[in-house]
Amino acid sequence: MTGWAGALLQREMRLAVRVGGGALIGVLFFLAVVTVVPFGMGPDLNLLARIGPAILWIGALLSTLLGLDRLFQADREDGSLDLVLMAGQPLELVVLVKCLAHWVATGFPLVAAAPVLAIFLNLDPVAIGAVTLTLLVGTPALTLIGAIGAALTVTLRRGGLLMAVLVVPLAIPVLIFGVSAADAAVSEPVPFLTPFLILCALTLIAAVVGPLAGAAALRFASD
Amino acid sequence: MAIIDLANPTRFLSLVRVLLPWLTALCVASFAAGLYMSFFTAPEDYQQGDTVRIMYIHVPAAWLAMMCYSIMTLSSLGTLVWKHPLADVSAKAAAPLGAAFTFMSLVTGSLWGKPMWGTYWVWDARLTSVLVLFIMYLGLMALWRTMEDPIKAGKAAAILTLVGALNLPIIKFSVDWWNTLHQPASVMRMDGPTIHPDILWPLLVMAIAFTLLFVVLHLMAMRNEILRRRVRALRMRAAAARPAIARATVQAAE
Repeated sequence: MTGWAGALLQREMRLAVRVGGGALIGVLFFLAVVTVVPFGMGPDLNLLARIGPAILWIGALLSTLLGLDRLFQADREDGSLDLVLMAGQPLELVVLVKCLAHWVATGFPLVAAAPVLAIFLNLDPVAIGAVTLTLLVGTPALTLIGAIGAALTVTLRRGGLLMAVLVVPLAIPVLIFGVSAADAAVSEPVPFLTPFLILCALTLIAAVVGPLAGAAALRFASD
Repeated sequence: MAIIDLANPTRFLSLVRVLLPWLTALCVASFAAGLYMSFFTAPEDYQQGDTVRIMYIHVPAAWLAMMCYSIMTLSSLGTLVWKHPLADVSAKAAAPLGAAFTFMSLVTGSLWGKPMWGTYWVWDARLTSVLVLFIMYLGLMALWRTMEDPIKAGKAAAILTLVGALNLPIIKFSVDWWNTLHQPASVMRMDGPTIHPDILWPLLVMAIAFTLLFVVLHLMAMRNEILRRRVRALRMRAAAARPAIARATVQAAE
């Protein structure tokens, strides 16, 4: 990794960890979502075990959406986004590095929290492993797709809600294949690998489309 | 006339003024023919009875829902690649039309689904992907409304449109990839349509009528959008001139 990218990564990580515990609020929200579901559905453990992977995935999606509006907005408010734009580095890579840092700071804690929360939902060990693995592979896609929405709404004053509306339709395929891979690990007919590989492919597509579209949106937002 | 000549909004407006009456007349005529055929000449289905006639609204609306998005995708390319000044006007004008056609196909589909499948809604691949398309139309419209500068909003919406275009092939092929409740494609197939000509002809006439309706409404909406932008430009110019006038009167009074 070249010098500037490493420096940018380091800066993003420091900001994420030091500023107001922002990174871990996502996990707290994740916990809140998972806690709310049994109250809404009733504490039937068999039912919870069956829909557990879906609950964890929806919780992860919502937590990711919650944190995304800070991805570029904070930098725009203090002016550092303009400096990054003027630095002359390829903007696509900048977006990719920022997404990477954002995922390590907010997405990875969600993945790490998933096995613990899965115990609340009465998932068996195989299902816990499967849902954690799918989240590990799938949450980067959510961050990368979300970067598009975050970049599009960066100039808007109350862009967070609009961003969620714009991002959710694009994130639906990731959700579908994430949940179906986690389900396939427990209940037979479809093998686990088929939806899992599609999920991997979606993440790779998002790694191409997300930075490209995000960088284009940032360029247009700045002038 | 090349497409680049249409970049001039004034020339575009005069072309619209010439074309619109003819297109409107053609649209009304084809609707009259299409509705007559679908109500009176088309036979009842041996299983579905009269409810099959919903198809003549439902199928063209669904086609148009996707065609609208395709046109928006092409317009977005025009905005981002060629910076054609009318491209984002076209994309913006198409979005509400696309949303309306999508809504119409969802509603007629569920009205047709109740007697045929026994339910208004199932989470089948085709239905779900069309619902996602509807949400995307609404999201695009919202994005357009929240940004004040039309040029900037056009570019942002163009990026989102292009990203969302990845959904189009999923909708088109969803019935072939996932074998769920919705029937597979029966008109646009490689080996020719599989439905009887008595039903196919009214359907095609209705499709032409719907397409003409879209073209007429789209041209009208584009005209409105151009005029709206002119009003906006005039207002901004007036607002920019007013402080100078005020200052001049103050100085004259002194």
